[in-house]
Amino acid sequence: MSTIFGIPPQALFGQLLLGLINGSFYALLSLGLAVIFGMLNVINFAHGALYMLGAFVAWLLLTTAGIGYWWALLLAPLVVGAFGVVLEKTLLSRLYKLDHLYGLLLTFGLALIVEGAFRHFYGVSGQPYPIPDLLRGGQNLGFMFLPNYRGWVVVASLVVCLATWYAIERTKLGAYLRAATENPVLVQAFGINVPLMITATYGFGVALAGLAGVLAAPIYQVSPLMGSNLIIVVFAVVVIGGMGSILGAVLTGYGLGLLEGLTKVFYPEASNIVVFVIMAVVLLIKPAGLFGRER
Amino acid sequence: MIARLLAGAALAALAVGSAQAQQGKISGDVVKIGVLNDRSGLYADLGGEGSVVAVRMAVEEVGGKILGKPIEVIAADHQNKPDIGSNLSREWIDRDGVDVIVDVPNSGVALAVQEVTREKKTIFLMQGPATSRLTGDACSPTGFHWAYDTRALAVGTGQAIVKEGGKSWFFLTADYAFGHQLETDTAAQVKKAGGTVVGAVRAPLNTADFSSFLLQAQSSGAQVIGLANAGGDTITSIKQASEFGLTQSGQQKLAGLLIFLSDVHALGLQVAQDLVLTTGFYWDMDDEKRAWSEKYKAKTGKMPTMVQAGSYSSVKHYLKAIEAAGTDDGPTVAAKMKEMPVNDMFAKNGKILPNGRMVHDMYLARVKKPSESKGPWDYYEIIRTIPGDEAFATMAESGCKLPG
Repeated sequence: MSTIFGIPPQALFGQLLLGLINGSFYALLSLGLAVIFGMLNVINFAHGALYMLGAFVAWLLLTTAGIGYWWALLLAPLVVGAFGVVLEKTLLSRLYKLDHLYGLLLTFGLALIVEGAFRHFYGVSGQPYPIPDLLRGGQNLGFMFLPNYRGWVVVASLVVCLATWYAIERTKLGAYLRAATENPVLVQAFGINVPLMITATYGFGVALAGLAGVLAAPIYQVSPLMGSNLIIVVFAVVVIGGMGSILGAVLTGYGLGLLEGLTKVFYPEASNIVVFVIMAVVLLIKPAGLFGRER
Repeated sequence: MIARLLAGAALAALAVGSAQAQQGKISGDVVKIGVLNDRSGLYADLGGEGSVVAVRMAVEEVGGKILGKPIEVIAADHQNKPDIGSNLSREWIDRDGVDVIVDVPNSGVALAVQEVTREKKTIFLMQGPATSRLTGDACSPTGFHWAYDTRALAVGTGQAIVKEGGKSWFFLTADYAFGHQLETDTAAQVKKAGGTVVGAVRAPLNTADFSSFLLQAQSSGAQVIGLANAGGDTITSIKQASEFGLTQSGQQKLAGLLIFLSDVHALGLQVAQDLVLTTGFYWDMDDEKRAWSEKYKAKTGKMPTMVQAGSYSSVKHYLKAIEAAGTDDGPTVAAKMKEMPVNDMFAKNGKILPNGRMVHDMYLARVKKPSESKGPWDYYEIIRTIPGDEAFATMAESGCKLPG
């Protein structure tokens, strides 16, 4: 069999496809982070915990109320988003006048509390969540067996990322949002309710995390640790892409997923640090990140 | 000058004598048991708070007192970090007067704690860690390895699967001390039974996504994929293997080399069915085990893993040895523990080798299909009993340099 850099092409293509799937999660999560940072200037460390919450809400809906995956895909982000709105109204909104650091510490503390509570009640091994019947089985692509569900994750995530990008960069509402972050006082003077817009943005950002949680539930165990396992990588993605850049978050998310996949072929032991190596290199060359603007 | 020296020597001898005279007692007037394990990470469900509960049950059974002195149980989280584990155990022994350290899952941490307890002549009762090095080149006169080890797991699952026709193996290995040793020990048993090892891939500890490693295992064409990992990593890899259709095609078989009851519970029988595994304990084997396990379940809501049941058994044996020796002095108690057979609900006619290996029967089990299970926690069918002498290495084979 011919090889590419000593690796059979089958394995290589398989890994690239898997990288794309992981990248979908990175993109979806870093997108939410970027939206929140771009509009609120809050470094939302609770994002991983809210992603975990999304998965748990889906699991609880299924086990206590018998509500299946497709409804959970809609309901769980709403629940998580509503939780986010409450957080923003009661806690975060008090911190906008202060330094970034306070928002970071507050959300980090919230993440620890939420994760600790779930760990206490549900243990760490996680709860099984079945793949919905419609998406069971898989396709034999010749070079690998692609589970239908993973294919669906890639499609769903791409659609959501594109729609979000379009809404913020190309619609009137998005224009208001961007204007409000540049000059909130002036925008308010035009009669636009800026605090409401900020609350809605935070709610939307964390709802994206909740959605990613539901998408992840059938792949991983629904576990209290799932958020903290992922969040550090996602932060690296956001930093590499440029804090607050939506396009940067999405492209870097997919890109790093692919890169991680390649690392797993050539040198698996390094697969969980390659993202951070890239981060260090990028920050040395472009301190604002690949798509970021110097502030 | 000479007279002074002689006097000094005599005084020194006297001091040693009086120190020895005090050994017939309990140091600090309390027997302090420190349970050190993973209480928040991927191994928290197989040991964690459950091990602490099991140890308390052993303490309650002797009335909370030994030789008229109270027994105290404390616990801490080593977070799977060897430096934290060795620092905590050093503090416990030096500052808090802890007499015995229990559990310590994660072979990397256990190897570090073994060094501390050897230096301090403190008893170390190991349940969670697996590497056979703990009674091999890293053995200690006061270290006891209780529930299982990588060699016993390899003999059980490794040989059994080769005999069933699984000749070629590929390993998916957790990239640290434990995974490497489990892979090495299993590969040795596979080759001994006439099989071959075609390759291995090392995945970092606590990996969320195993799919690319599983893909490599799949493309290796091996008949058996040996999972040399544990806890959360095993759960994720089995679940994802099922998702990628590795086992449904029937060409490849998964061999979980270290599977705990808590893992099967988390996976659900639908995914875990038909896995073959080796265990040192299963709650539903006889009346004595059932009775103890029901008591444990009443306290925790779960059935015990072999780690938790082993923690009970080792502490019970340790307390018996203090009673018999009349002291809690580490080396004296260790010698006593090795003299006495282990007979409790966990092990029948267990014996302890000079290297600290507790030799007892192991069991080869198969995970039931959902249709065979009568309810929650009814998970295993015991296929075969592996006699202790077959499962564990002898003193000579172990590579331990202690006088035996």
